[in-house]
Amino acid sequence: MGTAELASILWLTLKLALVTTLCLLVVGTPIAWWLARTRSRFRDVVASVAALPLILPPTVLGFYLLIALGPSGPGGWLAGLSGGRTLAFTFEGLVIGSVVYSLPFVVQPIRNAFEAFGERPLEVAATLGASPWNAFFTVALPLARPGFLTAAILGFAHTIGEFGVVLMIGGNIPGETRVISVAIYDLVESGDWGTAHLLSAGLVLFSFTVIMVMLRLGSARGEG
Amino acid sequence: MKLLSRLFSLLVISGMLLPFAAARSLAGEVRIAVASNFSVPAREIARAFETATGNKVTASFGSTGKIYAQIVQAAPFDIFLSADQERPQLLEQQGLAVSDSRFTYALGRLALYAGGTDVKGPGLLVADRSDRIAIANPELAPYGRAAVEALAKLFPDEDFGSRLVQGENISQTLQFVETGNARLGLVAYSQVISQAAAQYWLVPEGLHSPIAQDAVLLKSADANPVARAFMDFLRGSEAENIIRRYGYSAHVRGGS
Repeated sequence: MGTAELASILWLTLKLALVTTLCLLVVGTPIAWWLARTRSRFRDVVASVAALPLILPPTVLGFYLLIALGPSGPGGWLAGLSGGRTLAFTFEGLVIGSVVYSLPFVVQPIRNAFEAFGERPLEVAATLGASPWNAFFTVALPLARPGFLTAAILGFAHTIGEFGVVLMIGGNIPGETRVISVAIYDLVESGDWGTAHLLSAGLVLFSFTVIMVMLRLGSARGEG
Repeated sequence: MKLLSRLFSLLVISGMLLPFAAARSLAGEVRIAVASNFSVPAREIARAFETATGNKVTASFGSTGKIYAQIVQAAPFDIFLSADQERPQLLEQQGLAVSDSRFTYALGRLALYAGGTDVKGPGLLVADRSDRIAIANPELAPYGRAAVEALAKLFPDEDFGSRLVQGENISQTLQFVETGNARLGLVAYSQVISQAAAQYWLVPEGLHSPIAQDAVLLKSADANPVARAFMDFLRGSEAENIIRRYGYSAHVRGGS
């Protein structure tokens, strides 16, 4: 495997993790907000659904995603808008899969952060005449910043380390869906252990750094 | 803590007992690792062998490359039914296979399949260039390599490039086609042989190097009489009938 190919794999993996993390924050924040504030009796149902990917094996998610992204699912309909047939084997499809797969890692920390500061700051903001939207953006979001940081790091790291779902819906296309974990799998099986070692050691180092940073952040806030 | 240490000692004890349990279940059992393309006939041959001899067959399936890598790492298999000749040869050279046990049990064929719609010929491959074509990973699976060769022979000037999606093994390749995510697939003939003949196009043998599939007895099973019996059974006429029924030619029997 040449340097150019390695670089393309690393870039693709980073791009997937970045785009996925952004989507996760956009999708996860309203869910976390609702879960933190609502008194609805469906709260625990929604919370359970959002936490399902924690427990479900990637094969289950991958299997359903393959069908959902395909011609007879909503993904096929979406792909049809741009003349395609399926969202499987595409970068967009991987983003959708990764968002589903990493959702709990983003929703939970943000929800915790929203719950941690309680009702009081928002009530004060309301008495001072802030609209609910205004209070959300100027009070709730800044207060929950540590939660967002944790969520972003976890979502990013978890996407980098994703394997099973990508293997099932990716199709291993260079530059489109061949991310680092799948590349390592291929390298090990085709006997190129030198490159496999290189990429694997890189991932170990990366994961260690992420966990260290998380612990540091935690203890800086007096939680660790 | 007390509970933890108790759990721990339980784990240690059961770990010590495990080898005995494994040794006992070995009696009358053979563990075969089978390349994905051959999974259906292998199950049938295993059943026939079980009926004929009363022994038990445990089968695992995967890409040839994956199984090879696992065997090198001492995976607990007795027999390897590969989809190529190269990996069994390598195992022989590395002293991991019993020398002279290797023989070609089947010659595979490639088929173009479109998930149930009619396939008139190879023209379908270039009829709509937005169609994805599923193949097996050419690095890991001989059927993938054969597919790449056949595409290059059929359409030398065509750049299939990103239209190709790779299954990790030939079963996943078929699954990409059957879920409709890829419109076309180059799969093993044995996988589609039960469909109506109009639904696949059998790729002529001359378009790719022959897919000679070798079986080999692994060194760790040298003394396992059941494993040797299975190798003999695989060469026999009952197995040959099954192999032929799934679209493989079996004419190079008895070594290569």
